[in-house]
Order: sequence, then C-alpha cells, then structure tokens
Amino acid sequence: MSEKLKISIKNLNVFYAEKQALFDINLNIMEREVTSLIGPSGCGKSTLLKCLNRMNDLIDICTMDGQVMIDGANINTPDQDPVLLRSKVGMVFQKPNPFPKSIYDNVAYGPRLHGMAQSKDELDSMVIKSLTRAGLYDEVKNRLFEAGTGLSGGQQQRLCIARALAVNPEIILMDEPCSALDPIATAKIEELIEELKRKYTIVIVTHSMQQAARVSDRTAYMHMGELIESGFTKNIFSNPQHQKTQDYITGRIG
Amino acid sequence: MTELLYIALFILASYSFMVNKGRAASLGKFNTLHSQPYYHGLYSSILTFLPAIILLIFWSSIQNIMTNLSIRDFFVDVSDPGLIKFYIDSVINYSNGVSSKIIEHDGFMPAVEKYSSLTYTSTILKVIVVTGLSIILLRASIKVVTVDFKARDYVESMFTTLMKFSSVIAIFVTIGIVLSLLFETLRFFATVNVFDFLFGLHWSPQTAIRADQVGSSGSFGAIPVFLGTILISIIAMLVAVPIGMYSAIYLSQYASETVRTYAKPIIEILAGIPTVVYGFFAVITVAPFFRDLGDKISPGTLSGESAIIAGSVMGIMIIPFITSLTDDAMNAVPSSLKEGSLAMGATVSETTKQVIIPASFHGIVASFLLAFSRAIGETMIVVMAAGFAANLTLNPFESVTTVTVQIVGLLTGDQEFDSAKTLSAFALAFVLFFLTLILNIIALNMVKKYREQYE
Repeated sequence: MSEKLKISIKNLNVFYAEKQALFDINLNIMEREVTSLIGPSGCGKSTLLKCLNRMNDLIDICTMDGQVMIDGANINTPDQDPVLLRSKVGMVFQKPNPFPKSIYDNVAYGPRLHGMAQSKDELDSMVIKSLTRAGLYDEVKNRLFEAGTGLSGGQQQRLCIARALAVNPEIILMDEPCSALDPIATAKIEELIEELKRKYTIVIVTHSMQQAARVSDRTAYMHMGELIESGFTKNIFSNPQHQKTQDYITGRIG
Repeated sequence: MTELLYIALFILASYSFMVNKGRAASLGKFNTLHSQPYYHGLYSSILTFLPAIILLIFWSSIQNIMTNLSIRDFFVDVSDPGLIKFYIDSVINYSNGVSSKIIEHDGFMPAVEKYSSLTYTSTILKVIVVTGLSIILLRASIKVVTVDFKARDYVESMFTTLMKFSSVIAIFVTIGIVLSLLFETLRFFATVNVFDFLFGLHWSPQTAIRADQVGSSGSFGAIPVFLGTILISIIAMLVAVPIGMYSAIYLSQYASETVRTYAKPIIEILAGIPTVVYGFFAVITVAPFFRDLGDKISPGTLSGESAIIAGSVMGIMIIPFITSLTDDAMNAVPSSLKEGSLAMGATVSETTKQVIIPASFHGIVASFLLAFSRAIGETMIVVMAAGFAANLTLNPFESVTTVTVQIVGLLTGDQEFDSAKTLSAFALAFVLFFLTLILNIIALNMVKKYREQYE
C-alpha cells in the first residue's frame, strides 16, 4: 500500500434539478488501493462514483459545486476534456454491457478510438494483454472473433473489465460489478480486483458488506447523500466510530 | 326496410345483453357464478345478433340472384347477353326509382311488376324470419342463464374463432391478389413472348384496335420501364437516406428531450401529406428550380419533366419513414451500451458510429426497405413530374417513366380487357410484385443473420 493521494474530493455537492443528492462530501482516495463505497440504496454512492469520470455531465439536470482533484488537478474546470478524463478513468457497470461486436473488437474498441496502436500486431498484443489481465484470455482465446454477447454473465463482466483495461487507465471505477453475477463469477471478479490493485487505483460501489470487507483497503460509508465515515476497512468493520455505520454493518439499516 | 332490420337486430342484441347480465347478476355473488354477469350478457347478445345477421346477409344476396333470374325469363327473345344484362339493370333501376327510363320491349312492364312483387314478398319474409330467429335465440339464451353455465368459455371461444377467421381472410385476400395477377399475366404471355417482355429494350404498348387502323403491333420490352423505376427510386434513396439518417441520429443521440418532443411529430407530418400534393410541389417548385439551374449552365438542356425532379421530391416524401423508424431503432439500443462507450472516452459521434448504429442495424435496414418499397410503388409524383416517355436511359436529367405510371396509363379510360396493351399492365404489376418480394426476402435474411450475430 502506498500512501500517495490519487483522488481528492473537497466539499462536493451534487444536485439533480432541485433535489440535492450529495451533501458536502470530503474524501481522499489513495493510489493503488481499493476503496469501497457502501451504504443503503439511494445514499448517493453511484452518484459520487460518476462524479469521478464526469458521467454526470450526460444528465442535463445534474449540477454540482465543490472540487474533484485527480493527481492534484481539478477535473471539472472548463479546460479539462471529459473525453481525455474518461480514457484515464475507466468504468465497469452494474450490468455487463459488452458491445454488439466480437470479443476482439470489444477489447480493441478503446485502443482504436484513441489511436493507441500503430500496427495490427501491436493492437493484437494489446487485446491479448488486456484479456489476460482480466483473467479471460484462456477461456476465449479460441473464439476471439465470436460475439462478446455470447459469453456467460461473469465472462461478459470480465470482458468489460478487459475493455476498460485496454486503454491503460490509472483509475478503475466499478459500479456494483458483481450484483448481476452468481457467487462463482463473483469470486473470480474479486480475485481479479486483488490482482488489479497492484497497478490501478480502484473505487468500487457495492451492496455487499462482505465484498467490501474482502476486497477493499479502505471503506467509506454513506447515508442519505452524506459521507458518514471513512477509513481503513478493518477499522470500519471492527470498530465503527459512528452509530449509523454501526447500525448498517450490523444489519439494522439497509 | 333492410336498414331498419339492422337497427332492430342491434336493439335486440343490446336488450339481450342487459337482460342476461341482470339475470346473471341476480343469481348470486361473483364467487358462486361460473362466469361473470358480463359474459352472460355478451354470450346472449352474440347469440341474438350473429346468426340473424349472417342469415340476413345470405338472404339478401340470394334474393338478388333469384329475382334477376326470374325477370330474365321476360327477355328470352333477346340474344345478345350484354343487352339482356342491360335490360335487367334497367328493370331494377326503374323498380327502385333510380331511373325513369322505359325500355321499348314487350316484356319490360311485366318484368317490372314481377320484380317489384317478388322483392316485396321476399323482403317481408326476410324481416319476419330474421327477427323471428333473433327473438327465438334471445329467449333460448335467457333460459340457459344458470350459476354453472359456462358463458365465459363460450364467449372466449367465439372470439378466438373470430380472430382466426380474420387472419384467414387476410391470408386469402393476399393469395387472391397474387392469383388474379398471375392469370392475367399468363394471358398476356400467351400473346407476347416472355423473353421479349423481360429483356426487350423498347416499350411502346400502343396497338391497333381495329384491323383497318394504321398502327404498330405494339412493342413490349419492359427494360426501359423497370430501369426508370429503379433510377427514380435510387435518386429518391440518395436524397432520403442521408437526410433521414442524420436527422434520426440528431434526434436520438444529440437533441434534448424538448427538441425531440416537438421535432419528431413535425417530421412525421411529412408522411401524412397526400402524394398528389408532393406532385404539385414537384411541378410548381422543384421543376422550375432545376430548369432554371439547367438554363444557367446551358440553355434548353432541362425540360420540366425529368427523373431527377420526380426522384428528389419522392426522396423528400420518404424521409419520415427513415427518420422515424431509425430513430425508434436507435432509441431501443440499451442506454448501458451508450454509457459504456462514453465511459471509454468515446465522443457521442464515435459512440453512434461504433456502437449505436451496429446495434440497431436491423431496424435501420428495415426502415430503408420500407422507404424503398414506398418509392417503387409511388405513382402520383412520377405521373406529374417525370412523364410517360419510356426512354432507355440512366441520365437523371431525361424524362423517364416507371412501372406504376405505365400501369395507370394502360388501365385508365375505356379499355378492352383482352388486348395485349391492357394485359401488359398485369404483367408489369406481376414482375414488380415479384421483384419487391425478392427484395424483401433478401433484406429479411440479412436482418436475421445480423441478429443472430449480435443478439
């Protein structure tokens, strides 16, 4: 675990039209660690996650104030390009969403988009590297040119992770990546997260406290749009400072 | 009289619905009845109405045939079948008060009397029998209302039968259309060689009507006509596909919700404009524009009638089909795919090109196909803007003709239905039908393959 600050959120408020979704969030996320965001449904975890790659920009009625700093630079200033930001901050969604293309084309999507490969061979090696990192290559190496949508749910989700890895992001956001998967596929994804944090900073939203406890180094507990408590996962789960956190992790809220 | 009978049957049916519904409701609470009171009412009104109305329609058609046959006897001395037909029609018209024309024939007035009395008797009998049947069934249906009577099951099966019947009608009408086309086409090919028709390069269907007339024997090479159709349709697609696609992409991917709610209905209004109005637009606005443009380059090059005028106006006509269907298809792509692509750092236009269009490809192809078949079948615009001359050309600035325009030209006015000229219209229609059928099959297969690959 390094102690280098990667993302710093300062006094962040987010509104959907008149309704305030996040209240004065302050949170630091460290490089090459897994930070999990937990809390009951509707507490704003996913909203906070989407602030980190500006996916909230796509929602017309969404407005915000405060700062989100990545590597010391505010990502919301007008001179920051959301397209560049999103190639640096990858995202994996709740439901696996492979494109209606072949497995190969799914992974090659980002590199082609950003012109990362100079030759066909280079692109091939990028695809293979990403699939290998996502722990999927051995399962699909004989059918790279078949449709990505033909894979099982867990494989599809790992394909989406491979797709995100292919553009060499520094940060990977995961929005409940296992909620549509069975326990075996979930276990594989969790192993993968362990593996990936050596190279990437990972922020994961999860409904499962066990999952947060298993995979994350730090945990932030949110409730009704407010950040209640954050810190090392083992401290949050063994010795929560706040009554609401205590209630949630012992199953009294949620 | 017959009109009153329809109303009477309707009143009887409504009455039986109310009575039986009320009786069933008075029998017990909802959970003791097998069927809801509503079903008892419906059962009885169907029973009161349906057999009686079928009998009424059947009786009316038989009555016409029988009376016609009986007055035919008054004109046995007339030998010309056409004349007999004319006399019979005159008798009927005179009796019904439609016309006061009296035919100079001994049998005419007796025939009128016979016809009037027959019709009168038959109508009286019809009213009695039909109303009687309806009332008997009404009384019978009232008797069967019990707690256990399975009115719901009977009503359900009646409606199922009705639905089956409707789909059978649709299928048989299609088969009937194809067969009627086929037989006329075969008659045409008895006089004109199939290969001359399909591969002939000269179209000039005017034939001599009488033997002493000076006139050609007609020339039925269909290539120029089909080439004209294809030329105009392709010009139309060249106009409609880019405009339709871009507006669909704008509406589905870029436009705000407010713009969408107003813009889409406005575009769809285009689809509701009668094609003859497009014809005016072509003749009054587009034709002078192209002619003036042509005159600037080299005077007299362009006439008011050319493929490009008809094709471009037709293209405007089919824009809404492409826009609307493509927009629907693109909106049906799950938003998770769009988000996934944007989260990879793709712009909206890259996302549209790489993800949205491939994922909605089958819908887009379907919209092109619909637009293309509209273009092929369109007649009015071409009549007004492209002309009748069957020129063998691919030059869009020349006057061409299309299959549908030729069919209109061949079949309007008084025509003999046994001349090669008239019959050639059926052959044209049949080949057109066949071509669009093949086009449809190819496109459907394409769509199916694409679906298998990506869904």
